[in-house]
Amino acid sequence: MLSDFGIVLLFLITGFVFVALGLITAAIIRPHNPNPVKQSTYECGEELISGSPWIKFNIRFYVVALIFLLFDVEIVFLLPWAVVFQQLGWFAFIEMAVFVLILLAGLAYVWAKGDIEWEKPKPYIPSLKDLVVERKQHFAE
Amino acid sequence: MFSELQLGSSLILISFFAITIVIVDALFQKNKTVGFSYALFGFILTAVASAINLYQAPSLIIPLNSENLITKGMIVFGGYSSFFDILFCMGAILTMFASREYLKREYHEYTEFYSLLIFSVSGMMFIGHANNMLMIFVGIELMSIPFYILAGFIRTNFKSIEASLKYFLLGSFATGFLLYGIAMIYGATGSLGFTEISKSIASGINSTTILVIGIGLIIVGLSFKVAAFPFHQWAPDVYHGSPTIVTGFMSTAGKAAAILAFMIIARNLMPEKIVSGKFNFDTHTLQNIIAWISAGTMLVGNITALVQKNVKRMLAYSSVAHAGYLLMGIVANSQLGWQGITFYATAYLFMQIGAFVIVGLIERGEENNLNIEDYAGLSKSHPMLAAMMAMFMLSLAGIPPMAGFFGKYYLFAAAIKSGFTWLTIVAVIATIISMYFYISLIIQMYFKDRTEKELEIKTGLGLISLIICTIGVLLFGVFPSLLLDLTRQCFQLLG
Repeated sequence: MLSDFGIVLLFLITGFVFVALGLITAAIIRPHNPNPVKQSTYECGEELISGSPWIKFNIRFYVVALIFLLFDVEIVFLLPWAVVFQQLGWFAFIEMAVFVLILLAGLAYVWAKGDIEWEKPKPYIPSLKDLVVERKQHFAE
Repeated sequence: MFSELQLGSSLILISFFAITIVIVDALFQKNKTVGFSYALFGFILTAVASAINLYQAPSLIIPLNSENLITKGMIVFGGYSSFFDILFCMGAILTMFASREYLKREYHEYTEFYSLLIFSVSGMMFIGHANNMLMIFVGIELMSIPFYILAGFIRTNFKSIEASLKYFLLGSFATGFLLYGIAMIYGATGSLGFTEISKSIASGINSTTILVIGIGLIIVGLSFKVAAFPFHQWAPDVYHGSPTIVTGFMSTAGKAAAILAFMIIARNLMPEKIVSGKFNFDTHTLQNIIAWISAGTMLVGNITALVQKNVKRMLAYSSVAHAGYLLMGIVANSQLGWQGITFYATAYLFMQIGAFVIVGLIERGEENNLNIEDYAGLSKSHPMLAAMMAMFMLSLAGIPPMAGFFGKYYLFAAAIKSGFTWLTIVAVIATIISMYFYISLIIQMYFKDRTEKELEIKTGLGLISLIICTIGVLLFGVFPSLLLDLTRQCFQLLG
C-alpha cells in the first residue's frame, strides 16, 4: 500500500519529529539564566551596527547580479553537455552553439547599452583650504 | 507530408526576430525607426509564414512521439495553432502602429517596447502550438513576464508602476497554482503529454483524488490568467494603470492566448467519459464548474462596469465580462464551442484594440481626459473618430451588423446545443445589462456638447490600425461565413 510518495511522507514526518524532539528535550533540561550580553547577536566579536538594514545600495550591483545570471545559466547547461558530448556528437555541438549565441546576444545588448561599464564616482580630494575651514568651525564650537 | 521545420517556420521566425531585435536595438540606439521597422517586418513575416502553414495544413497535425522527431511530439502544427499565430501577430501589428505616436507623446519611446512585444507574442504562439503541459507552462510564462514589464513601461507614472507590481505579485502567485496543478496531474496520470493524459483519463486511473486536486488547481491558475470571476480582482487595476496601448494588447491578444491555453487543457482533460471511483467526478461536473465561473464572470464584469466613470476602467471591467463569454465555448466542450471561441477572439481583438486606440488618442498625460464626460461632443469635432468608436462600442455590445454579434451568437448556440440553456439565459441578461454603459458612451459623443475647449488629436500611424480594426469588425460582421469556414477544419485532426 505504501507508494513512492508515502515514503517521502514518512521521511518528512521523521524529520519533523527528530528536530522537534531535540529542541523540546533541550528546552526542558537546560538551565535558564539570561543576561543582556548573552541575549545579543554574535557577529564575530564585532560590535553590532544598530539601525535599519533597509539601506539604499547602488543600483549597479543589481545590474551586475543580472549579468552574472546570464553566465551562471550558461554554465549550468554547459556542464552536463560537456559530460555527454562524445556520445551526442555534432548535433549537440550545433545545438549548444545556438544556445551560446542566444546568450551572447544578451551580452552584446548589455555591452552596447553601457551597463557593463562601472561608472566610478569622481574621487573627492580635500584641499588644504577645506581643512582650514573645518578647523575654524571646530574651534568656533 | 510536410517536414517539421517547414511547419514550425512561424515559431522559428518569431524566436529569431525576438533574439535579433535585441542586437538591432543595441546597434541603432539613436534611430528608433530602425527598431520599429524591424519588429514590424518580423511580425508581418511571421504572420505570412503562419498563413502559409494554415493553407498547407488546415487541420491539426500531431506528430507522434518518436526518436526521429526534433520536437519529440511536444508541439502540434497547423489547424487552430496556425490560425491563432496569425491572430496574435495581427494584434501585435495593430498595437505597434498605434504605439508609435502614443509613446512619443509620453516621452517613453524605447525600442525595448517592441522587443518585449515580440517576446510576449512568441510566448503566445508557443501556447497555441503546445501538446504538452510543460510547453503550455513555458508559453504562459514567456507571455506573462514581458507583460509585467510592459504594464510598468511608463515608469514616471505611479499608476503604471503600481499596476506592474500588482500584476507581477498576483501573476506569479497564480503561476504557482498552475504549476502545482500540472505536478498533480503528472502524479495522477504519469505523463505530461496531452495525448497520453487524455488516453489515461479516458481509460480510468486509480488516484482520482490527485487528479481532481490537479484539475482544480489548474482551473484556479488559468481563471486568474483569463481574469475570470473569483480571480478577476487584479484586472481592473492593472488594465487601468498600464499604458493604454499595452492594455489594449493585454486584454485582447493576452486574453485570447490565456483562453486558448484553457481550451487546449480542457479539451484534453474533458473526454466523453471519465471512469471514476468514489468521487463520481466526470466531464459533466467539470463543465458545470466552468459554467458557474463563466456565469459569475459575465454578471460581475458587466454589473461593475455600469458604475464606472472612467472609460479605461469601464473597458477593463467589460473585458472581464468578455472572458465570461469566451468561457462559454469551453463549457460547451464541442467543435461548435471551440469554433465560437476562435470567432469571438478574432472579433474581440479588432473591436477592443480599436476602442483602446481611440482612448489612447484622447487621453492626455497622467489621468487626463479619461472620464466619460470628456467624450462629449466628439462627433462634432472629430466625426470619423466618433463614428469608429460608436462602431466598436456597438460591436462590443453585440448589435447585429458587427462582428461581436456573430461571435456571441455562435457561443450561445454552442452552449444551448450542449445543454447549457440556463447559462445562455444568464449571458443574454448580462449582455442586456452591458448595453447601458456601451451606449451611454455613444450618447456622450453624439448628443452632448463639449464645455471645455476642443481637443487636438494627432492620429499619425494609429490611423492605419483604426482602419484595419474597422474593416475587421465590419467584414466579419457582414460576412461571418468567411471566418467560420476557415475555422471549421481547425479543430479536426489531419489524417
